[in-house]
Amino acid sequence: MFSQKIAITFGKFKKLDKMPKLQELQDLTVQVRRDILRMVHKVNSGHPGGSLGCTEFMVALYNELMELKEGFDMDGKDEDLFFLSNGHISPVFYSVLARKGYFPIEELNTFRLIDSRLQGHPTTHEGLPGVRIASGSLGQGMSVALGAAQAKKLNKDSKLVYTLHGDGELQEGQNWEAIMYAAGNKVDNLISTIDYNGQQIDGATEDVLPLGNLKEKFEAFGWDVVDIEEGNNIEAVIKGMKEAKSRTGKGKPVCVLLHTVMGNGVDFMMYTHAWHGKAPNDEQLENALSQNPETIGDY
Amino acid sequence: MKKYIDQGKNDTRSGFGAGLAELGRSNPNVVALCADLVGSLKMEKFIEENPERFFQIGIAEANMMGIAAGLTIGGKIPFTGTFANFSTGRVYDQIRQSIAYSNKNVKICASHAGVTLGEDGATHQILEDIGMMKMLPGMTVINPCDYNQTKAATIAIAEHEGPVYLRFGRPKVANFTPVDQKFEIGKALMLSEGTDVTIVATGHLVWEALIAAESLEKQGISAEVINIHTIKPFDGEAILKSVKKTGCIVSAEEHNYMGGLGETVAGYLSTTLPTPQEFVGTKDTFGESGTPEQLMAKYGLDNQAIEKAVLKVLKRK
Repeated sequence: MFSQKIAITFGKFKKLDKMPKLQELQDLTVQVRRDILRMVHKVNSGHPGGSLGCTEFMVALYNELMELKEGFDMDGKDEDLFFLSNGHISPVFYSVLARKGYFPIEELNTFRLIDSRLQGHPTTHEGLPGVRIASGSLGQGMSVALGAAQAKKLNKDSKLVYTLHGDGELQEGQNWEAIMYAAGNKVDNLISTIDYNGQQIDGATEDVLPLGNLKEKFEAFGWDVVDIEEGNNIEAVIKGMKEAKSRTGKGKPVCVLLHTVMGNGVDFMMYTHAWHGKAPNDEQLENALSQNPETIGDY
Repeated sequence: MKKYIDQGKNDTRSGFGAGLAELGRSNPNVVALCADLVGSLKMEKFIEENPERFFQIGIAEANMMGIAAGLTIGGKIPFTGTFANFSTGRVYDQIRQSIAYSNKNVKICASHAGVTLGEDGATHQILEDIGMMKMLPGMTVINPCDYNQTKAATIAIAEHEGPVYLRFGRPKVANFTPVDQKFEIGKALMLSEGTDVTIVATGHLVWEALIAAESLEKQGISAEVINIHTIKPFDGEAILKSVKKTGCIVSAEEHNYMGGLGETVAGYLSTTLPTPQEFVGTKDTFGESGTPEQLMAKYGLDNQAIEKAVLKVLKRK
């Protein structure tokens, strides 16, 4: 299996020299996993698999990599921006936003419930701080990010725009319009990350619709590509994303191929597409949480 | 009835181009995007004067809608330009999620709407766009009638916060709106007062309605003509006030009779003052190649079709 191959490359990156925050980030990662599991369990719906696979990335992005201002305003001038294109992994997005202070962590209790700002898929419609675009219908996030990146250039704003996409999502044609545009117009203040877990709802991407060689595809379109082979190793994620950041501003958009395992951190959810959009039952939740003991406190 | 004078035939798309150029000079936040139809949309002047604020997207309308949504994040006011067909049906989900549901301040400017696109034929002649766009929550839908009004509408929508669909066309048509008339979104314009029948028209059919009203006057029928350039938000009060006087109504639009202005009128009146109504619009059909005049006649969209509808509705009073 494709995803098993990438999972056994752990330990390739050396430990980073200066990272006093590392333990904090790792604790936060475990806590976010707990949040994801508890959120989807409570409403017996939602998408834990991709959320768990992107937990290290999202924690690192918001707590180590992005340059953010205090508070939230829609325009986000003079700060880095993030767009979640694969909106179904809203549980990890909401948990990371709440834990970063965008809204009270108690609000995670309202995920997918009536009258909540935490809709099944993220939206600006309910005014949830931290969200700048609705996503859920796939393939639209990169185009939006391109607009935001172009607005930054017009505004002489040197901050960056980050995006996250599912690998299966690349089957949507609009992505390739955006990928062509980004290189053709030298949108070099953009880092688009692909959650390269090789899984989608109906099975392995290889079986549903093979993606081919994504690195070669992005490069052929004129992008600079960074591979992060250990996408569930937070040190490797930080190192790889810093490398990606160092390649911005050089005339090319930057793509990160983030090799992850869907369902990472919960043994029975890993190496399968089965937990893409399925919630654990009581027993499964208990098992999953026992593998991720409470760190900084449940909501 | 009040007479209107054609100041010289011109196309509504040129009104858009002129309005956009003026916005380029007056509003630094206005940016423009186009999907490989700069000449058709008459965007050259804006581009020439503001090259840094123009984004040539290529033939990729879905990407254009997303980029437009993103440009609003950072305070820009994006105006997208392509044909009406490629501004709506082709990119409906992008508009729905990234613009309407996300409440982005994007102005979707759509040329070559309806059968008057002419010889290119049905693939390009969208007759369903008003329906699609008016159904999106929060979307403003505007269909001005001539060059002057399209120019004024283009300028007006930049001041409006929220997504807008601005629909205009290809052929040169009568230009009769006063050059200095301010465009008020959502406010119907009384063109000519009458007592026997209300004709409410939008877009290219407003001029046709005026011609029909003149002809009807000669037959002793007093028609009230209302230009309803904004289909949403709908100025129901203006229509209600008129039909209270006339007792019957004809709606006229270059659009499928289903889903367009006529249906909005009928829906409004059915809950306020049920009124006999006839629909001038295409009858659930695709268009075809031909000259704009031939197509308007064949598909029942000209002044004669309006006149006929008036005579029919009068019998139902």
